[in-house]
Amino acid sequence: MPADTVSVTGWGRTAPTNARVIRPRTYEEAAAAVRGCGTRGGIPRGLGRAYGDAAQNAGGAVIDMTALDRVHAIDADGGTVLCDAGVSLHCLMQVLLPLGWFVPVTPGTRHVTVGGAIGADIHGKNHHVSGAFSRHVLSFELLTADGEIRTVSRGTPLFDATAGGMGLTGLILTATLQLLPVETSLMSVDTERAADLDDVMDRLTATDHRYRYSVAWIDLLARGAATGRAVLTRGDHAPLDTLRAGTRAYRDPLAFRPARLPSPPALFPEGLLTRRSVGLFNEFWYRKAPRARAGELQSISAFFHPLDGVPHWNRVYGRGGFVQYQFVVGHGQEEALRRIVERISQRRCPSFLAVLKRFGDADPGWLSFPVPGWTLALDIPARLPGLGAFLDELDEEVAAAGGRVYLAKDSRLRPELLAAMYPRVADFRALRAEADPRGVFTSDLSRRLGL
Amino acid sequence: MKDAFGLPQSLLVLGGTSEIALATARRMIARRTRTVWLAGRPTPALEDAAEQLRALGAQVHTVAFDALDTESHEWVLGKVFAEGDIDLVLMAFGVLGDQAQDEREPLAAVRVAQTNYTGAVSAGLICARALQAQGHGSLVVLSSVAGERARRANFIYGSSKAGLDTFAQGLGDALHGTGAHVMVVRPGFVRSRMTAGMAEAPLATTPEAVATAIELGLRRRSETVWVPGTLRVVMSALRHMPRPLFRRLPM
Repeated sequence: MPADTVSVTGWGRTAPTNARVIRPRTYEEAAAAVRGCGTRGGIPRGLGRAYGDAAQNAGGAVIDMTALDRVHAIDADGGTVLCDAGVSLHCLMQVLLPLGWFVPVTPGTRHVTVGGAIGADIHGKNHHVSGAFSRHVLSFELLTADGEIRTVSRGTPLFDATAGGMGLTGLILTATLQLLPVETSLMSVDTERAADLDDVMDRLTATDHRYRYSVAWIDLLARGAATGRAVLTRGDHAPLDTLRAGTRAYRDPLAFRPARLPSPPALFPEGLLTRRSVGLFNEFWYRKAPRARAGELQSISAFFHPLDGVPHWNRVYGRGGFVQYQFVVGHGQEEALRRIVERISQRRCPSFLAVLKRFGDADPGWLSFPVPGWTLALDIPARLPGLGAFLDELDEEVAAAGGRVYLAKDSRLRPELLAAMYPRVADFRALRAEADPRGVFTSDLSRRLGL
Repeated sequence: MKDAFGLPQSLLVLGGTSEIALATARRMIARRTRTVWLAGRPTPALEDAAEQLRALGAQVHTVAFDALDTESHEWVLGKVFAEGDIDLVLMAFGVLGDQAQDEREPLAAVRVAQTNYTGAVSAGLICARALQAQGHGSLVVLSSVAGERARRANFIYGSSKAGLDTFAQGLGDALHGTGAHVMVVRPGFVRSRMTAGMAEAPLATTPEAVATAIELGLRRRSETVWVPGTLRVVMSALRHMPRPLFRRLPM
């Protein structure tokens, strides 16, 4: 065994496995890496923000795409960009904002690559309006298992298998994206509190269409009448005329200067996130939010990516790591959502990053996660006793309601439930069996779930 | 693959009729394990054990494996690993022997030592290499508190477990950073077939309790697990007790 293998985990820092990490600097090196990845295969990896084991490959190769990070061409009139798959959304924002363009979809962190964004078919606070990331991808170049580079356009089976395909169809080398025009780099944000779960669902249903971006932070430790109380933050890019003349923002309306705090130490003590400490935090966070406030100007990083301000924030869970659980249930399954929220709240899971959102229309990706309905995402320390069995019970509830969990966050789904959650997984397997019979593209996720 | 909580999907048991191993296998099958390999001497008991686990819904294979036949280990275990990844190897074979008889018959004593120690060294190294090549997996080694300090009443068994324990600790260090993980489990007196008819020691435990401790240890990625946990403190004190005093302890 060569000694150059390193331990690799996802963002949740659970289930480490060892792999050879290869970092190609050119497309030729990427092709060579795919050719030479050996019997245990390879898997592309971007910035490692998938929470589970999607970008791990025990005993095989992990192809780190972050050195392929060039922005090739920007059409500043039509609003498209052609860039390498290893380019991060952070980098795109830095390049594009001064030109008056913004990425079409951004998740809760901008430290994800374009390749990863397609592979996980990520969504953001604008899903109810703009759909998932792949909706804005015009085409991409894919290095497939046979060593060929294919240009893949929308509406083809390979496009739909790759959007949400967790890197298992090949290595995305470049992509062309459609961008969103903006006048400023500020967000105009409305904040309101909702007293309980029904209240927040009512508010999201009634008025989401007025906002491009919408999300609710939800207090899953609140019990009784306050179960599911939430803080809604919704908004849109601020138009230029909302900025006051003479201010710094007015002089430089497209400035993008995200601040960063120091990161937590590598050996952060375990067990600081308890029911009590998280309960206090949630209480504070809820009370800190104004009952209702309209038109507040916030920076892009404050509105979309507050956690990016603290590098390596995942360390606060200590060496045991944490599990992200995100599911979606369709419209009409509000009862299932309510039951799940009540169970989580009764169980007292210390979760402070819980988010509720209403999804809009689905995209055609075979393993793309979003479907119209309600999605809830929460983080839980992995060391919590009995957590595995508890999440299995929630899976059953989600599957029975016709819902699904998000593969980019998964690290523990029972494989038997996959086909119920993703009906097109059979097509995905068939495409893989034909295009990649030797299993060149393999990850711990694909081994665990039999993808 | 193991999930975020260290639960395996495939399990290889060396010593397929061990009650602790079967209790662990039952627990794992109830959670995530779908494939089980039971390696042991080809006896009806091994087939019975396999049948019991099949009834729980797992796909169970039996493999003829003899700890004393170290020549065959490479081939027997190699075949299992060639069939697919093994997420968890549970080394559970071992014999207690009969201390009084073993003292009279050195060859019988040697058999205890060879089964518990030499056999485990051979199988352990082969499994370790396979786990390292697949870049993940845990090797759980059933040691014993008997190996912690020699006792008049069972020092032949104890010394074999002491050797096994030291070997497994070292192997864990050797594998550190390779993706493979070694966990040494040190149970106290376990109520089982092996100890049937013996006077029960304090802090006695059950195969089910050992299985629970193994599941917890896998989740925490522990390197050493005592069952029950209080034994860690008790044995730490006993280890430092002066010999003349230790000899007089009624145990």
